Amino acid sequence: MPSTTSEVPMIEARHLHKAFGANQVLRGVSLQVHRGEVVAVIGPSGSGKSTFLRCLNHLETIDSGHIAIEGETLATTDAQGRCAYVPDAEVRRIGAKTGMVFQHFNLFPHLTVLENLIEAPRVVLGLARDAAVARAEALLEKVGLLPKRDNYPARLSGGQKQRVAIARALCMQPDIMLFDEPTSALDPELTGEVLRTMRELAEEHMTMLVVTHEMGFAREVANTVAFMDQGELIAALPAVQFFADPGHERARAFLDHML
Amino acid sequence: MDYVLSLLGPLAQGAGVTLKLFAITLALAVPLGLVLALARVSRWKALSTFVNGYIWLMRGTPLMLQMLFIYFALPFVPVVGVRLPDFPAAVVAFALNYAAYFAEIFRAGIQSVDRGQYEAAKVLGMNYRQTMRRIVLPQMVRSILPPMSNETITLVKDTSLIYVLALNDLLRAARGIVQRDFTTTPFIVAAAFYLAMTLLLTWGFQRLEKRYAKYDQ
Repeated sequence: MPSTTSEVPMIEARHLHKAFGANQVLRGVSLQVHRGEVVAVIGPSGSGKSTFLRCLNHLETIDSGHIAIEGETLATTDAQGRCAYVPDAEVRRIGAKTGMVFQHFNLFPHLTVLENLIEAPRVVLGLARDAAVARAEALLEKVGLLPKRDNYPARLSGGQKQRVAIARALCMQPDIMLFDEPTSALDPELTGEVLRTMRELAEEHMTMLVVTHEMGFAREVANTVAFMDQGELIAALPAVQFFADPGHERARAFLDHML
Repeated sequence: MDYVLSLLGPLAQGAGVTLKLFAITLALAVPLGLVLALARVSRWKALSTFVNGYIWLMRGTPLMLQMLFIYFALPFVPVVGVRLPDFPAAVVAFALNYAAYFAEIFRAGIQSVDRGQYEAAKVLGMNYRQTMRRIVLPQMVRSILPPMSNETITLVKDTSLIYVLALNDLLRAARGIVQRDFTTTPFIVAAAFYLAMTLLLTWGFQRLEKRYAKYDQ
């Protein structure tokens, strides 16, 4: 459940603008995400959902606006309109607070499942192999893939790959998990196992921001639904309220189309 | 048959020179080529452009010309001018030349690694160096094996160019005997030597490819 507003938000995005060439993909997007909150970001394709998510962990850079993660500024814009990021090392440190799951998994194909999980904890955090393996095995157990620990990703189904990707992100012990259409590349019969894993994560009060087309997941798991269209975040409402009546014509039209 | 056996000694000596040049060139050109490839994909434009020019120069002129230049002309070049003995001069020319070819193979290999791999490494907190070393280069190795196999086989045969510096490699040794004995048999024996070397290389690369294919299954 969203906590009180007195607490520092886990994610604070204010007036984000971003263009790819002449194409304005974000036109002043603002959103706050609080500890333990699960936010589903929905909207038609090309609405800027994924770009918005990718700006939060510096996979894309914003042209102007302000981003803070757990109260620490990642990027900010001064009165003259110049947008500046904190130094690289700071960007990496702040980025470590978030974990990310991609639409196309992006597992490392030359490493086994276990190696995929322990690589970053060993290389980035300097964890000893034993400690990293213990952490990784616990997470593989949790996503139900411990028996696959020594397989290469090519041997896994799409759903299994995505669960490994979730475990890999969790292995860095992030405070926030970002999901970029995590089930969009999966065969319909494989989405269930991934959504189940995400639901379990939500039940453990992980702070989650999920770009998704899964209306069922948004309705049942998310606390808040954020609707984006044409680079604008039009509504961010409690899920129950959003699905009862989003209160915006474009959001209503989108819902009618999806449900 | 006895004649063929009598050729083995002198030709093996020539093959020794060939193999030495081959091995030293490979040992120098692979790391140098990797450095050049990383410079080529670097975000630092000036460096990338400079290396691009270097690769153009080395691939755009004959290896024999480069070898002759380093041996005969380099001593007269101001500042960097050094007089190298024949074999070291050949080694330097071969290493510089092959590094340029290797660099292009490595670059293509690096660029064949999916963008998503960089993004995954980045969101896991890896810096550029860690991403290259742990994620990108290991995946590059696999895609460069076939072209590297090609290029190293070419290198075995290119070593015969060092006859211009009067070095007694396999082919020059064979030619010497042909002129002395008025028979072409030494050429055939030399060809067998080359074939044996390239067979060994082909086999070695096939084994490597097999090893790197394991993560596809």
